[in-house]
Amino acid sequence: MKTDLEKSPRFQQTQQRRDFLGIAAAWSAIATVCVALMGALRLPIPWAFPESSRRVKLGSPSLFQGIAITQLPEERLWIFSDSQGLYAMSAICTHLGCVVARQENGSFFCPCHGSRFDAQGKVVKGPAPKGLIHLALTLSTDGQLVVDHDKEVGSDVRLQA
Amino acid sequence: METESTHKDAGDRSSHQDGSSHQDGSSRQDTDGAQPPGALLQLWQNLTSTPWQFCKSVVRHGRPTSDRAASQVIFSNVFLHILPTRISLHALKFRATLGLGVITLVLFFLLTITGIALMVYYKPSTAEAYNSMKEIQYVVPTGRFMRNIHRWGAHAMVLFVLLHMARAFYTAAYKKPRQFNWVIGMVLLVLTLALSFTGYLLPWDQLAYWAVTIGSEIAQSPRELTDALGITSWFDIGGFQKRLLLGSNHVGEEALIRFYVLHIAVLPILLCIFLAVHFWRIRKDGGLARPSDNTGADHLPLQSISNPISSSKTFGLMAVVRGQTPAVNRSMTNTVPTWPNAIYAIAALSMLTFAVVLCLGLCFDAPLKEFANPNVPENPAKAPWYFLGLQEMVSYSAFMGGVAIPAIVVLGLMLVPYLDREQEEAGVWFSGPLGKRICLLSALLTTVVIVGVLAFTINFGWLRNWYPNIPQIIITFVNPGTLFLVIFMVWSFAVTKRTNSTRMGALAIFTCFFVAFIILTYFATVHRGPNWDFYWSQSDWPVH
Repeated sequence: MKTDLEKSPRFQQTQQRRDFLGIAAAWSAIATVCVALMGALRLPIPWAFPESSRRVKLGSPSLFQGIAITQLPEERLWIFSDSQGLYAMSAICTHLGCVVARQENGSFFCPCHGSRFDAQGKVVKGPAPKGLIHLALTLSTDGQLVVDHDKEVGSDVRLQA
Repeated sequence: METESTHKDAGDRSSHQDGSSHQDGSSRQDTDGAQPPGALLQLWQNLTSTPWQFCKSVVRHGRPTSDRAASQVIFSNVFLHILPTRISLHALKFRATLGLGVITLVLFFLLTITGIALMVYYKPSTAEAYNSMKEIQYVVPTGRFMRNIHRWGAHAMVLFVLLHMARAFYTAAYKKPRQFNWVIGMVLLVLTLALSFTGYLLPWDQLAYWAVTIGSEIAQSPRELTDALGITSWFDIGGFQKRLLLGSNHVGEEALIRFYVLHIAVLPILLCIFLAVHFWRIRKDGGLARPSDNTGADHLPLQSISNPISSSKTFGLMAVVRGQTPAVNRSMTNTVPTWPNAIYAIAALSMLTFAVVLCLGLCFDAPLKEFANPNVPENPAKAPWYFLGLQEMVSYSAFMGGVAIPAIVVLGLMLVPYLDREQEEAGVWFSGPLGKRICLLSALLTTVVIVGVLAFTINFGWLRNWYPNIPQIIITFVNPGTLFLVIFMVWSFAVTKRTNSTRMGALAIFTCFFVAFIILTYFATVHRGPNWDFYWSQSDWPVH
């Protein structure tokens, strides 16, 4: 037996049209919020990062030629010179971003978690997932050596200068 | 009501004013008979009685000398009505809760207050941050004290959140109907850790700079996996996370501002919101988890109350609704008025917490190292203690130790109430003697496994020492961290099968995680020195 309240329109089966409109309204509201959120969440990543260029002029190549190893602490960079030419290696550990130090025997080690690399930057021990990164060297139009911190090259690439 | 209140206040000096205020204009004739006092005299009397009347208008229920007034203290006060008017005796027992939740809340208040004080002087820029820290430390009166309290309070809050979590777990407080509140608790744990981590960068000293450099590189460590799969150029989630966190490719001005905004606005607001939900649900779930008093469940079944509408509906709190009704009058025998019993207990705990943190702040200075130098890493660069266990695992694989395993542990703990649904007595430590034995065994197993594996890696190294050309992906998936995880899970399944109880399995894996956290934290704090090498003690560190 139904009571008065249950006979009232609120407890009747609702019409399908009303259902449809309600669901459509709800979903369009959700979609709107999602699109708005996507726009708002785009904010934290700017089109360009407020930092100096990742391509840096290092001066004339003659500064480095003939010297087996030059350290550029400000650039966190090692420049090597061998019979085939110049190449650059990043001093940033591929594990968690600490600056590696060079030992007397030519190998590198990271003070943070003990990763060790050989003279060519190949990882020999520790948690580093890959070897030290060799960076692209080029010559600018005014004859200066340019390193690109974003451009990784193979360990056998040399710049003839 | 009128008579009751006059009777209660009979001894107070207010009885005269009370009458006059209630009856307003007519009192002039009534109180003094035929000779009405002048309006000026009345004004004078009103003026002299104003302090008392003011107090009466603020606190309308008078002294809490009766149970009724005692409950009014709680439910007519906006700050106190988060508490119930009566509280179960079990919840008041110290061994039921150890007061850990209250202490955590008190610490959060303390951190908010000292944090605001520090904001007055702190300048979030790479050029000024360090100087403003020195100013707070050496020039601002009480500045050093405030900073010390903020630092030690933050450490203590992390500690007590962890202990509170363990208490809730071991007393089975995550069981129905409290499953979701356990999830909220895990969110609060993550928020607390995030608050600590973001605060760590703000002094902009060497410690801060290198801890956060490592932290942001951990955010980037999914690259370890995407690199191994060769999909980094299309799907660089690691790089995205790092840039989102730092607003740049390295820790600098943008990162400092982001961490500052997170630390003083975003995370505290989120924490407050989740905290409110956390407390609200404790009330809605019937107070603290406790053994039943033989009166049935937390919600009474559908009651047959004869009412004009239907015999299948009950009166809820707000309206006539279908469904269950809260057990309002259940087991009054085992409760006492919240005022003064619980309030005094909370006050005492607060005073104790304040006293301890204040003493710490007076006795020990928060560290401030040299100005941040991006070219020279600290050696060893150690994170704050609560992340050192992670740092130990990170020293085997950045992705597994820093991202995957913590995520698995947190998500796994969130899932526990949904995987272990055995209904049992809540509020019993370790669910009885069997649980106690399981926990002891798990702790023992964890100690043996972790000490064994750490000793093994220190003496014999790991895969790369034996096979120098081994692909990184194998090390990512086979390292001490993943080994621990697999052993603990197998152990937990074994316990579940052997005891035929999911609760025992849950106790086993939680104990494993908790003990592992303690041992790894201890190990990385005491036994890891420069280059993350093993040393028996700090006095053995090479001098440089």
